Amino acid sequence: MRRAFWLAGAAALALAQPAAAGDTIKIGFVSTFSGPTAVIGKDMRNSFELALDHLGRKMAGKPVEVIYEDDQQKPDIGKQKTEKLVQSDHVDFIVGYIWSNVLLASLKTAVDSQTFLISANAGPSQLAGELCSPYVFSTSWQNDQTPAAMGLYMNQKGVKSVFLIGPNYAAGKDMLAGVKSTFKGQVLGEEYTVWPSQLDFSAELTKARNSKAESIFVFYPGAAGVQFLNQYVQAGIKQQIPLYTAFTIDELSLPLQKDNALGVPGAQEWVHDLPNEQNKKFVEDYRKKYAPARPTYYGAQAYDAAQLINSAVVAVKGDTSKKDAMKAEMEKADFKSLRGSFRYGNNHIPIQNFYLQDVVKDADGQLSLKTVATIVKDNQDNFHDKCPMK
Amino acid sequence: MLLVVEQFLNGLQFGLLLFLLAAGLTLVFGIMDLVNLAHGSLYMMGAYFAATFVAWSGNFIIGILLALGATLLLGIVLEVVALRHLYGRDHLDHVLATFGLILFFNDLVRLVWGPAGLALPLPGWLTVPVQIIPGVFYPAYRLAIISVALAVALMLYIVVMRTRLGMLIRAGASNREMIGALGINIKLLYTLVFGLGAALAGLAGLMEAPILTVQIGMGENILILAFVIIVIGGIGSIRGAFVAAILVGMIDTLGRAFLPDLLRGVLSSAAASTAAPALSSMLIYLLMAIVLVARPEGLFPASRR
Repeated sequence: MRRAFWLAGAAALALAQPAAAGDTIKIGFVSTFSGPTAVIGKDMRNSFELALDHLGRKMAGKPVEVIYEDDQQKPDIGKQKTEKLVQSDHVDFIVGYIWSNVLLASLKTAVDSQTFLISANAGPSQLAGELCSPYVFSTSWQNDQTPAAMGLYMNQKGVKSVFLIGPNYAAGKDMLAGVKSTFKGQVLGEEYTVWPSQLDFSAELTKARNSKAESIFVFYPGAAGVQFLNQYVQAGIKQQIPLYTAFTIDELSLPLQKDNALGVPGAQEWVHDLPNEQNKKFVEDYRKKYAPARPTYYGAQAYDAAQLINSAVVAVKGDTSKKDAMKAEMEKADFKSLRGSFRYGNNHIPIQNFYLQDVVKDADGQLSLKTVATIVKDNQDNFHDKCPMK
Repeated sequence: MLLVVEQFLNGLQFGLLLFLLAAGLTLVFGIMDLVNLAHGSLYMMGAYFAATFVAWSGNFIIGILLALGATLLLGIVLEVVALRHLYGRDHLDHVLATFGLILFFNDLVRLVWGPAGLALPLPGWLTVPVQIIPGVFYPAYRLAIISVALAVALMLYIVVMRTRLGMLIRAGASNREMIGALGINIKLLYTLVFGLGAALAGLAGLMEAPILTVQIGMGENILILAFVIIVIGGIGSIRGAFVAAILVGMIDTLGRAFLPDLLRGVLSSAAASTAAPALSSMLIYLLMAIVLVARPEGLFPASRR
């Protein structure tokens, strides 16, 4: 009797196994779903789910299964979760990654197993350069690009000198290097803070003020951006030295930053008011489905990642074993991106526009982001020639 | 020179804030022999209460006072409901139970207030910089933290050194069995001490809230520093906690402020700016190691058994 039970169980498993492998598109999604930055992961998940809704939850007629994993913002956990997705879940795609250091730790696992990895946020310089891979695509940017655009804007404004502050991890270093790559004025100081534990920036702000720099540039994603702005305003520096940012003010942090963020410019590849049809639909449906939340660039990038995957799956009619064909299709970036169209460089990093965003009060008195100008068109990252792929 | 003054104030402010957190921890650890990892949760609850009450009452001071009362009450309830059952048990049991409390509070906050965090905006008169000496501007709010924390430290000193309650607390820190044997209601004393510790942690949390954000898990990083401080200062000693907290605050801030420039003299600029934050956060632990080697009981040991 017992034996019959086991046999039946084994048979059921044997039946279930190939069915699961062939009939669904399996996607692993690694992001941060716990701790203070869980709001970012949640926004990415919301947008990804919305993209699946828009696709009828099917790609090339096959149902899509998404497995969400929490990296806890830690490189070691992110690597473990990636290994689990690749080795025991046998996913067809891995998406997500907010943090550059988490992505760098997880990269080898995905590449070695020839699983497609779509970074929906992190863009470490190594990924664009020597670590580029046929199996890795980005729907965001290379870290240096956005701050480099900010540097260009500061040149346009005639800023003569800057003091740079950022967190001491992979992305922080890329960001400050990005500003330096385009800013023509003098860099009077460069401070790195312990990431993610240091939340008090009094020592750095004091140094910035004493450096007599004409401007300050910071990169502080998530809650740290709220804290930095709080302290910047409380120290009275807002009246003395203007602030320029990248990834510090977004729809997640704005409700907490409030008036502190008014008039502080940032550079971004996507803003909610970009005038294209698919973006209007995304923003509208997101606000409807997840009210009162508002979508962010993190979410927009995750949405694009779902569209990119869909384009590849449709091109091979759902046969995800045809990796070369999927790669060739994804290189075309043939889908309607929320930021308008973009194309891929040889290293699978988007070549795209960067916009200047400002914080304004909208009609109902709520603080909101607004696209003010296009800073740079069709911008390609600085590391693509270090990538061996042609 | 002016830079040094300002950084010195930054260090002092950070140290005093750490003192508030460490004072409660050292009392609870020293007197009740309870390892309370959930102390950071009380710090977080203080901040959440403050953000809620300030928004509700529309007045910063009233909101803060209500929040202080609420944290005190929460501490007392927590002691009576949960922690009372842990006395006399192994330290490992304390760690396990109070770690459970951290998870409990984090999820409670997530349920009640949501995962996104709250803001605690300051009233206008606290957001302006003040000129303390010609050429040195300092945020009014940080000055307020320094004065409140100093006042609380003084009050604690008077309570502990000059009152009957303080005498019992000190006696409890040196020999717990004996004061029980002398007919002191040790249960009530423990409840009071824990409530006091909770209120101090809550005060630290709500004062830090306008500088940082009010968010889940905000007490966990800073709790490690608080433990370092009570080890350096000597477990159970308020005076030790005070001296150690100021020391740690100064080392942390001055290290961050001046180490990069010092290192730049030796290393390349890029290497120095990367190494300096790592090194300055190590300095505190280095201090702890040295103190542990030279004076294993801390700088001001409370009990000599």
